[in-house]
Amino acid sequence: MSDSAAEQKGMASKAHAEVHSDEEATLEGKSYRLKIFRGDAEGGKEVEYEIEAIEGMVVLDAVLKIQAEQANDLAVRWNCKAAHCGSCSAEINGRPKLLCKTRVEEYEGQEIRVHPIRAFPVIKDLVSDVSWNYGVSAQIQPFTTSEQAPFTMYEEDVERLYEPKKCIECFMCQDVCHVLRTHHKHPEFAGPRFFVRSQWLEMHPKDEGNRLQFLKEGRGGVQLCNITKCCSEVCPVGIHITDNSIIPLKERVADEYYDPAKWLMRKIRGRRNGSSNGNGGTRSTHARAGIRTNG
Amino acid sequence: MAYGDIARSTTGVLRRLPWWTGPIAVTAALVGFGIYVFVTVMLFDRGEYENYLSPFYSPPVGGESFLPAWLSPAIFILWLPLGFRATCYYYRKAYYRAFFWDPPACSSKAQQRELRGPEHYRGETALFVWNNIHRYFMYGSFVLLVFLTIDTVRAFLPEGSFGITLGSLIFLVNVSLLWTYSLSCHSLRHVIGGSVDCYSCVKGGNARRKAYNWLSVLNRQHALWAWLSLFSLLITDVYIRLLLAGVITDFRLV
Repeated sequence: MSDSAAEQKGMASKAHAEVHSDEEATLEGKSYRLKIFRGDAEGGKEVEYEIEAIEGMVVLDAVLKIQAEQANDLAVRWNCKAAHCGSCSAEINGRPKLLCKTRVEEYEGQEIRVHPIRAFPVIKDLVSDVSWNYGVSAQIQPFTTSEQAPFTMYEEDVERLYEPKKCIECFMCQDVCHVLRTHHKHPEFAGPRFFVRSQWLEMHPKDEGNRLQFLKEGRGGVQLCNITKCCSEVCPVGIHITDNSIIPLKERVADEYYDPAKWLMRKIRGRRNGSSNGNGGTRSTHARAGIRTNG
Repeated sequence: MAYGDIARSTTGVLRRLPWWTGPIAVTAALVGFGIYVFVTVMLFDRGEYENYLSPFYSPPVGGESFLPAWLSPAIFILWLPLGFRATCYYYRKAYYRAFFWDPPACSSKAQQRELRGPEHYRGETALFVWNNIHRYFMYGSFVLLVFLTIDTVRAFLPEGSFGITLGSLIFLVNVSLLWTYSLSCHSLRHVIGGSVDCYSCVKGGNARRKAYNWLSVLNRQHALWAWLSLFSLLITDVYIRLLLAGVITDFRLV
């Protein structure tokens, strides 16, 4: 190793050590008060617990420590503890968070109030029944194509599909959405998670399905969304749900149902509202229409 | 202090602010701007000073002798940018939160303060369904932007020859911000490339994809452009009002 490299390594480790010792200095011997919801669908109350902080402790660690040492019957759902599975979503001080990704030191000087996600029925303590979401998912027309896999697809056609595929289904966007949480529009509104899924399907170059009618007139209810962006604010994987999923879908719905020029064109061509899958079409629809493609 | 430290401390401070500070700040800014525009348009039938024309009065349409004096060009024009902003996806978020408290903020505490009960919430299916005509306001706004760009060129031509003044620089910043705000529009992004599923299947698909990606970069800061362009409009008009009132004189740089 050259001198400069060794020097750099030394600097890096020294810098790390300093941060490390700072953290130890701030967390050493500190205790945090957690108020955790204890109860079920019938009702419940907050119960206060005090724990001693450990360096790097996340709220899930604190809850599991309480479960191990103070309240063995405390119910909490978790799995990967790495912000990948989306199981441990809950509300911390009134905002949806992944328990495994939220450090207790973020709440220094404040009490930490942990509740289950409230847009869905509580089963026990911090566990909610999110099965409603799987029912909605089943109602969305799945990926539909007349082509035989494996497909040849081009990077330029699929680059927009990476972002929606990052979703870990933590359902925090569903929880923070006031249409579900406050207005209880569950029977007529799919929620941000399923707009992300619908956007992925609608923009897929090989998909031939049509979900615009579902989104506008059916179970989707995209027009009930008033784009206040709470879903984007809470997404733990950083999906720009409103800008890149909901608004593009609203624009497609506007194309089909609210644009007088496009309505006139449809009348001339003799096509009904909501009968297209977006405007760009797919390779197979273009092939049927005799449009030459590169692929 | 490093940039990261500043960002972290700013985020920390913002996070600790009560939830109602956001809606109140937005309400104050939008109401303040609305009052300024209303009073200006009602009090003054012109906004021209030498080679400067206030963006509220451009293009100078109307002004026929048979029309009453209060029917200034601003009355004929302002509905278009006003409609563009009122139906803009960012401003929709801002006023649903600030004016309608629908919801005022994202925390559970704030959502409990929503004014409308579940039985009255209609989202964008009732009155606000009109927001779907945003794209038509966008087309019209681009026409106005051409006039504002011509006004900016004129601002650099004091007394018929090229010159740089403080006023011309204000015009340049204003028109640049207005173009950036308009180009970052979600509807434009949709028209250019968002509506296409398969770029390699359509004619000019690659150009549309590149334009879409470029507009998407601008779109990420749409809210910022919305506010900056709103304030730049205000500053440009105030500057002209001050010149007209003789409170200040234009500072010539070149």
